[in-house]
Parts: sequence; C-alpha cells; structure tokens
Amino acid sequence: MNRLEVNLPGLVMKNPVMPASGCFGFGQEYAKFYDLNRLGAICVKAVTVERRSGNPTPRVAETPGGMLNAIGLQNPGLEHVLQHELPWLEKYESPIIVNVAGNLPEDYMEVAREISKVKNVNAIELNISCPNVKEGGIAFGTNAQTAADLTEKVKSVSKVPVYVKLSPNVTDIVEIAKAVESAGADGLSMINTLLGMRIDLNTGKPILANRTGGLSGAGIKPVAIRMIYEVSQKVQIPIIGMGGIFEVDDILEFMMAGASAVAVGTANFIDPFACPNLIDGLEERLDELGFDSLTSIVGRSSALCNLNHVR
Amino acid sequence: MRLENMMITAQMEIAPKIFQVTLRGALAQTLETPGQFIHVQIEKSIDPMLRRPLSICDVDMDKQELTLIYRVEGKGTKRLSEKKLGEEVNVLGPLGEGFPIEEVKENDTCLLVGGGVGIPPLYYLAKQLVKKGANVITILGFRSEGDIFLESEFEQLGKVIITTEDGSKGTLGFVTDAIHDLTEEYSVYYTCGPKGMLRAVENSIVSPGYISLEERMGCGVGACLACVCDLAEANVETGKVYAKICSDGPVFKAGEVII
Ligand SMILES: Cc1cc2nc3c(=O)[nH]c(=O)nc-3n(C[C@H](O)[C@H](O)[C@H](O)COP(=O)(O)OP(=O)(O)OC[C@H]3O[C@@H](n4cnc5c(N)ncnc54)[C@H](O)[C@@H]3O)c2cc1C
Ligand SMILES: Cc1cc2nc3c(=O)[nH]c(=O)nc-3n(C[C@H](O)[C@H](O)[C@H](O)COP(=O)(O)O)c2cc1C
Ligand code: FES
Repeated sequence: MNRLEVNLPGLVMKNPVMPASGCFGFGQEYAKFYDLNRLGAICVKAVTVERRSGNPTPRVAETPGGMLNAIGLQNPGLEHVLQHELPWLEKYESPIIVNVAGNLPEDYMEVAREISKVKNVNAIELNISCPNVKEGGIAFGTNAQTAADLTEKVKSVSKVPVYVKLSPNVTDIVEIAKAVESAGADGLSMINTLLGMRIDLNTGKPILANRTGGLSGAGIKPVAIRMIYEVSQKVQIPIIGMGGIFEVDDILEFMMAGASAVAVGTANFIDPFACPNLIDGLEERLDELGFDSLTSIVGRSSALCNLNHVR
Repeated sequence: MRLENMMITAQMEIAPKIFQVTLRGALAQTLETPGQFIHVQIEKSIDPMLRRPLSICDVDMDKQELTLIYRVEGKGTKRLSEKKLGEEVNVLGPLGEGFPIEEVKENDTCLLVGGGVGIPPLYYLAKQLVKKGANVITILGFRSEGDIFLESEFEQLGKVIITTEDGSKGTLGFVTDAIHDLTEEYSVYYTCGPKGMLRAVENSIVSPGYISLEERMGCGVGACLACVCDLAEANVETGKVYAKICSDGPVFKAGEVII
C-alpha cells in the first residue's frame, strides 16, 4: 500500500500534493520540467464563461515572505478550455480539478455544468474567494448565506464533487465553512489569498495597477494553519490546505492542523520543481518521524489538544 | 530551459550602480537567441523571495560563461552586487523568445537602439549580426557621461552614437534625436530600454523592427499571467488578445503589442 495515497471525494491521489489554482496555468508550462503524472492532482487556473483579459500591469509585487498578485482571473474562457486546455490534459492520469469563477450565480452554474461533463475532470473548485475582481469572486465568499446559496446552485448542476475555496478575508471562517457544508459542498479548499497593498515610495502610488492584491507565500501560512485547525473541527468534509507551503514540514503541519491534502502555489515560481521535490521528500520525512501513513496524521493536532482538555 | 546553480567568476562595477557579472555553468551553452533572459534566484531566502529577470548580455560557449549587466535598483540587485567570486546563484533559463536574426543577410545594415540597462541584450545581438556579415549601427542613450558603459565594446562591432540627456557627451537629448539625424539607410532595427523610449523609437522609425519589453514577473515561464501585455490585433491562430512577456517575448515585432 502506498503510504502517501489520499482518497477524497472524486479524487484518488497517489500523494497529497497538487499545484494551487492560478499558479500552474493549465499544466503546459510545468510539463516541460517534469511528468505531471507525479502530482497527486492537478488544479488548473480559474475558468469563467467568457474570455477575460484580467487587470492592467503591474500585477505582482514582492513582500518579505510573500507576494501580492492581482491577475484578475485572466483566462481563455469556457469554450476554449473545453476545446484546448482540457483535451491537452487527457494524456495525464492524475485527477484534475477545475477552478470555477464568474460574476453571477448563473455564470458559475454554466461553467460547472459544462466542465463537469468532461471525462477527465474529477472535481470542481468553486472560487468564491478571488480578491482581485470587482464582481463575483470574493463577493460570494464573505457572507455565509450567499456562499451557501451559490454552493447549492452549483451542486445542483455539477456531475462531479464540488470543493468550495474559502477566503481568509472574513471574521468568522467557521460560519462560512459550516454553511457551505450544509449546502452540499463535498470538500473545502483553504485558503485563498489575503487582501493587501504595497506603495512605491518613488511615486507615492500603489505598486499594483489594481491598487490591492492577494497576498500569498510563506507569510500567510500561520493564518492558513489557524483557519484549517478551527474549521476542521467543525465540519465533516475534507479540506485541501494551502497558503505558504514551501517545505515538506509545511505539508505535515497543514495535515496535522486538519487538511487531508495540500496545494502548492507561490513556491512553483521560485522552484519549478517545487511539487515533485516536496513529494520526494515526504516519504523520507514520514520515516524520520515514525508515522506509518499520511492519513494517520490528519487532524492529529486538534485530537491531541482535545485529549489534554479532557485530562 | 534548465535550472542550475551557476558560479560567479567575475563581478565589477562598470559605471555608478551598474554591475557586470559573469556566471559559469553548462546552462550558458543552451542559449538559443540573443535577447533571451534568465530568471535568477539571488538567494534562497524569503526576502528577496522571487527570482529576478535579467537579460543575457554576452555568452562564451567554450568557457560556459554568461555575462549580465544590471543596475542596482532594489533589494535583489543590491544583494547580487554584494556577492563574491566563487559564490553561486540559482538560474532558470534561458527563457523567452529573443531577437530574430534569420532574415538578416550579409551586408545588410541593422540599427540597434538601447537605453540604460536596456543596452546589455543588444551586445550579444550585435556580435551575432556582425558574425553574419551585417553592418551594425548602435545608438546608446544614457543620462550623463558618467553613466556610459559598453561604448568601446560596441565600437569594435560598428559605428556607435552616444546620446546623453544632459549633453555631457555625444548628441544632446534622447536616442530618437540621434535616429532623426541618421543619414545611413538600414533594413531592420532592434531596440530595448524604458517603455517611454520604446514608444518613441517605434513611432520614429518606419523600417521593420523588434522591441524588447520588461514587466514584473512571477514564474518567468508563462504559468502565472503576471507579465502580460495586449496584442495590437488578436492572434489569428489562437484568438488570443494578449501575450506573455516571459514566454511569448520579451522580444516582439514592432507594432505587434501595445506598449
Ligand atoms: C526580461 C527582462 C530582462 C531584464 N534585463 C535586465 C538587465 O539586463 N539589466 C538590468 O539592470 N535590469 C534588467 N531587467 C530589470 C530587472 O529585472 C529589475 O531591475 C530587477 O528585477 C529589480 O530587482 P530589485 O530586487 O533590485 O528591485 P526591487 O524594486 O526591490 O524589486 C521588487 C520586485 O519588483 C520586480 N521589478 C522591479 N523592477 C523591475 C523591472 N524593471 N522589470 C521587471 N521586474 C522588476 C523585481 O523583480 C521584484 O520582484 C530586466 C527585466 C526583464 C523583465
Ligand atoms: C499569481 C497567482 C494567481 C492565482 N490565481 C488563482 C485563481 O485563479 N483561482 C484561485 O482560486 N486561486 C488563485 N490563487 C490563489 C492560490 O491558488 C492559493 O490559494 C494562494 O496563492 C495561497 O497559496 P500559496 O501561498 O502556496 O501561493 C492565485 C495565486 C497566485 C499567487
Ligand atoms: S511571469 Fe508568470 S506568466 Fe510571465
């Protein structure tokens, strides 16, 4: 039995590592570096009904321990993705998750309906957390009722499991997680980026043309860990954890906090081999720490803390 | 495209805040066209964290060496300038589509126009053009006499015209002033420099040309969409309305993209 194997709704993963949406395009660029079959799953860029050209540049700004991005959901549109990007991915057996976005619930439903019919799509990640668009995205992810309504609508048309990608830019993430679970979500992805800004001292203006952007990278890891720790104790559905994963130990930390699988975003930009390197290092680290399997550590942290409370 | 640690074998300040560094490694032999760049991880650290895109200025295939010329702008380039001989940096590259030179024939005249740290990629280009038997005229724009670099190197390859904004050397003004004064005919031009300069150059020349663009980057390989620019017309094959500077560029045909 493969010790790294993880089974989630719709996803049979040979290891828990996938690239995070938006940080891996539709796979074609990183396929020049390694065989994408090495990945536990492949999560592709957000897809909207219409083609989007995104925000003006500059779209990225570095910060200590992270970066801000304001790409603005640029993508070739549903039709193009159905005709080109998804067929190209057919040669890989790793499960595929498509990140779905839109302005209106109807847009999300249309993308989900069509995308979920495609035979190599194993799950949908409902993006209610993009901070870089004026309509849609985060607007659906900061209110529990709105998030639940959208989840229910998308569930009603999707033929594959739906993971809802939560925004950390909220006061009570547990409330939103519980609401989307009740609305039928099969899993959660968390966290998306934290809203931030940087100012260019030479001009006095924000560096990003969009002014604000989403913070990702090592700096946001403790926020992600805290949120996953809290949410995992209140919901039954599995969590795909992300936010600042750069090292093997980060993966273990996410899993102990309650994530069942993980996604790696910004780290790909610094090292194109980030995902396969993490996968290679994982097995070795399990041996060192004396764990039999990965699944045995999921949620270990809250289990231990709760035990101490009882004493 | 490779990922490898390259060793610093030379580094010096050739003008105020302008450094020339030589990196050794097998990656140097994989350069395809002049104008390509490398994405340099200056340190394995969280600050600076991202790689820095830097153009390839010269290559010595036999010695497996790449030369870069960069200006100290912020944290990343500052750290790079402090690196000692023998230290290593991690390099991803060579990246992007460089300056096309296939169509240049013997005795053709090519005009090269560079401004500031847009000049370095034109040097290896000039060498390749001369190797093909073409004549090279180079216009190099600087702020002031003290900022000038690579002048004598370009002089060995053809005619060089210097412009300075304060008139301390060469033509007073901008590269476009020197373009207007030019009496020679040329069949193609190549340019790299600040956006304002590129725009002005594109507007003052009717001959076909190629421009090299800069943008803030994430991945450097086409995956994150940080570095896009708009295409003047949608691509007929793909229907795309944008181009990625890191992988479709940094060099574009003049008029192909909106600058
Ligand atoms: C294809 C390409 C080739 C380049 N070639 C050269 C060269 O040969 N010589 C040279 O001196 N400079 C070159 N540049 C610009 C160089 O990349 C920046 O000056 C450098 O990244 C600044 O980093 P820093 O840490 O010193 O500055 P900081 O301001 O601290 O950098 C912060 C962030 O902004 C980015 N950034 C800042 N300015 C630029 C810029 N002008 N272009 C792209 N990203 C920027 C940095 O990469 C970093 O992510 C090139 C840029 C591109 C896109
Ligand atoms: C450049 C960039 C683009 C992104 N695009 C998307 C996107 O299209 N959809 C989405 O749900 N998340 C997107 N994200 C968020 C990531 O998927 C991830 O949630 C976040 O970056 C945290 O992980 P990290 O710290 O490992 O990068 C993007 C992040 C970055 C840096
Ligand atoms: S830098 Fe990522 S697409 Fe160009």
